[in-house]
Amino acid sequence: MKLELKGITKKFGSFVANDHIDLVVEPGQVHSLLGENGAGKSTLMNVLYGLYEPTEGQILIDGKPVDFNGPGDAMAAGIGMVHQHFMLVPVFTVAENIALGNEATKAGGILNLDETRTKIRQISEQYGFQVDPDAVVEDLPVGVQQRAEIIKALVRDAEVLILDEPTAVLTPKETDELLAIIAQLKSDGKSIVFISHKLREVKAVSDLITVIRRGKVVGDADPNASTTDLASMMVGRSVSLSLNKAPAQPGEATFVIDGLTVTAPTGQRVVDNISLQIAQGEILAIAGVQGNGQTELTEAILGLQEHVSGSIRLEGKELVGRGTKEIINSGVGFVPEDRSVEGLVGAFSVAENMILNRYDQAPFAKGLAMKPARVAENAAERIAEFDVRTQSATAAAGTLSGGNQQKVVMARELSRPLKLFIASQPTRGVDVGSIEFLHKRIVSERDRGTPVMIVSTELDEVLELADRIAVLYQGRLMGIVPGNTSRDTLGLMMAGMGAEDAQGTDPARTDPESGDK
Amino acid sequence: MSEDEHKHARKKTDEHASEVRLEAMVDTEDGRIAPPPVPATAQSGDLHPEASSQTVGQRIMSGDALVAVLAVVLSLIAGGILIALTDEDVAQTATYFFARPQDMLLAAWSAASEAYLALFQGSVFDYEGETFSRMISPLMQTLTVATPLICAGLGVALAFRAGLFNIGAQGQIIIGATLAAWVGFGLHLPVGIHLLLVIVAGIIGGAIWGGLVGLLKAKTGAHEVILTIMLNYVAIYLVTYLLTTPAFQRPGSSNPISPLLDETAMYPPLFGDAFRLHWGFIVALLATVFVWWLLKRSIIGFELRAVGANPVAARTAGISVTKGYVVVMLIAGALAGLAGVAQVAGTEQVLSSGVAASFGFDAITVALLGRSTPWGTFFAGLLFGAFRAGGVTMQISTGTSIDIVLVVQSLIVLFIAAPPLVRALFHLPEPGKTKGPRSPKGTRSRKPATTGGPA
Repeated sequence: MKLELKGITKKFGSFVANDHIDLVVEPGQVHSLLGENGAGKSTLMNVLYGLYEPTEGQILIDGKPVDFNGPGDAMAAGIGMVHQHFMLVPVFTVAENIALGNEATKAGGILNLDETRTKIRQISEQYGFQVDPDAVVEDLPVGVQQRAEIIKALVRDAEVLILDEPTAVLTPKETDELLAIIAQLKSDGKSIVFISHKLREVKAVSDLITVIRRGKVVGDADPNASTTDLASMMVGRSVSLSLNKAPAQPGEATFVIDGLTVTAPTGQRVVDNISLQIAQGEILAIAGVQGNGQTELTEAILGLQEHVSGSIRLEGKELVGRGTKEIINSGVGFVPEDRSVEGLVGAFSVAENMILNRYDQAPFAKGLAMKPARVAENAAERIAEFDVRTQSATAAAGTLSGGNQQKVVMARELSRPLKLFIASQPTRGVDVGSIEFLHKRIVSERDRGTPVMIVSTELDEVLELADRIAVLYQGRLMGIVPGNTSRDTLGLMMAGMGAEDAQGTDPARTDPESGDK
Repeated sequence: MSEDEHKHARKKTDEHASEVRLEAMVDTEDGRIAPPPVPATAQSGDLHPEASSQTVGQRIMSGDALVAVLAVVLSLIAGGILIALTDEDVAQTATYFFARPQDMLLAAWSAASEAYLALFQGSVFDYEGETFSRMISPLMQTLTVATPLICAGLGVALAFRAGLFNIGAQGQIIIGATLAAWVGFGLHLPVGIHLLLVIVAGIIGGAIWGGLVGLLKAKTGAHEVILTIMLNYVAIYLVTYLLTTPAFQRPGSSNPISPLLDETAMYPPLFGDAFRLHWGFIVALLATVFVWWLLKRSIIGFELRAVGANPVAARTAGISVTKGYVVVMLIAGALAGLAGVAQVAGTEQVLSSGVAASFGFDAITVALLGRSTPWGTFFAGLLFGAFRAGGVTMQISTGTSIDIVLVVQSLIVLFIAAPPLVRALFHLPEPGKTKGPRSPKGTRSRKPATTGGPA
């Protein structure tokens, strides 16, 4: 089946999200859409999937114009979509989830899942998915859940499969498996639309790359083009992808974690006996797939976790058992992983967000009274220093773009003398231009002699910033390795292999791609 | 920040001049964030657009000011139609509507306009009054009735701002009034000190009843709506019981009513004995200023607003959410306690089981109409005071039932709770219309960045 988008324009009020986009997806081809967050990739796919009605333009299937009024129409036409966030009911089994929406029933309206089960087994065997139809979805690893989503599309006879940022939640190993599945689907004659902003994967999997910027197609690119060229196309100016940071000058190890264990309310050990040290003037990156204890580790340091045992010492002072406010005031800067939920109060002005954890201290307050003039002054300075693009300091922080919101959080945390700086996912959802800026700020904080801890699920970022890398897997520390450890070794460690074993299986200790970055 | 780094930052600004538009256009965080072509301030319409929060309660309380005014207008129109429908003249003329429709329309118009005129006459200015004091007497009555409404409304509004739905103003008023009354008739103290103690007792009574809610919520996670509703019952029956005990019951009376408060315990009249208006109104005015200062200018208010707008971020920033709940409920209760003081030491002068009337529940409406801002609540309190005061005159002079006023009050809340309805009726633009894309990803996200309009 050949899919064609002709002159698709989608406007929201005066904002043009898609501007006359033409796209042809040939059968048996992997066609990647490359673009930054908010470039209009998802909007375009939602138009294609019938979730949005295009303002202008046409969708053609095998040369015939079609009109989708909803995802049902798109599915019927053979278009399947796997969303970035899975559309599965966690407490249902795989079969129940896949039947959901067109359930077969026996007499008396009783659910009949046998047919669905058979189909799942069939598809599962054909592509080597290894998905049990009767497994409950919430018990399955993320990668398997994703395969269930793919099966959901295939059961409905999808010929074109849209994968929206499919690798965001996967381990490197799972990503490889997914790429293999994509290749198999392709050889079976299915077309794949692969949406991503990760250059490496896009290069690995695509037959053709279409780059979208600010709602317009910038052009097509060959998968063999260099990452730098692709990045420049994506951003619209030349980007330096490497930080070229000076080697670390580690001083005294002032931040020491010893035997730290965090227990979840369920009794599970989400952080399991972790010991590590960070020296002044050094960046330690915590690598690992999302949900392997990173959140709990940082929250434990900040005093936000309840059941913590072990010891966390900063310049000899024990932090475990102290309140969050006290820990912040003792010189810990913290950029939480989800800025819009934990880092900012969206309804507050930028100025107020800039002092969110210092509102009760001089010079912003005296006694119970706040000093609005000092707050405004501070905001003006920080906005200039961090180049925050906002209408004014009084604009609600929630109205800023993601990159600028992140700059507000970073500005707040980096604008006071720190003894420890922790940043979780410092650049998630941030455009390439801002990433560069934020990374430089982090390195300059290191060079000021602050111990820095970066938590990131993006290997690229870890390799970019880290002087040393600690890998977490299921709450346990798999080992601490040098910053130039190869991607493959880290991948194995992220999947649960100890540092020595992982390095043993990998002859090349340094990253072969490091020259390309 | 060293001089060098300043330069560095400036240089970056120049270097990335091209980045401005790029970033402004494209980084919309999965479509959650409206892109900046529309000025952020115009989008929110408010420095602190609390409406961006996601709970229904918060959305109800923070619609925009225009919607609040239009809701009042709409409700008055609906009330007018209701008055006309129940009017006898209208019913008579309706029998020959098709022969002479103008008769019925005229009758309907005169029924509604007369009723509202009477409402105005009874609440603001009596142009038929013989003396000046007679003329402004309705206004004085309005202000008197508004006093407890404003105090209790401020309590409800403040709790709203911290994300708590305080239904318990009724109970807080009653307990505040009970304590204040006991000090008022039980102790005999010199002028000045006595009234001061009465006020303090009322504040403490309300604060205990409110603080209890905050404490239980903070310690056990119990929902404040359940807690406040139940504590209302406890308060109502507690005062009913107390009024049958010798400590509270008026000697020689078999009615559940307390002795009159001492002269020294009472708010002095504000403009002489001709009017019922007392100094409690000034206290309500001061309370409004206090709440404004608390919310806008104090670190406590900063904490409360942060807790209300985003408890997770507040906690991450080191603000104690549980402490915030306790503090805000203490203050909210204290404000409601002031309403109790205004009743026993001002208007009623005794404690009875009906001392709070329905002020505690009307206070919720007042806070909603006032968009949970101090001054909004103040003026909403005045409006509702006028309804109550004028409703009586309306019933006496035109025979229109005072219940119409209740209908109008209820309709106001209904319209405020459904801003899209009001916008549709007045063809106002949807707040989401001029904004950027909101992909399904955006609608799924926990926190739409902009006001709660459906986009």
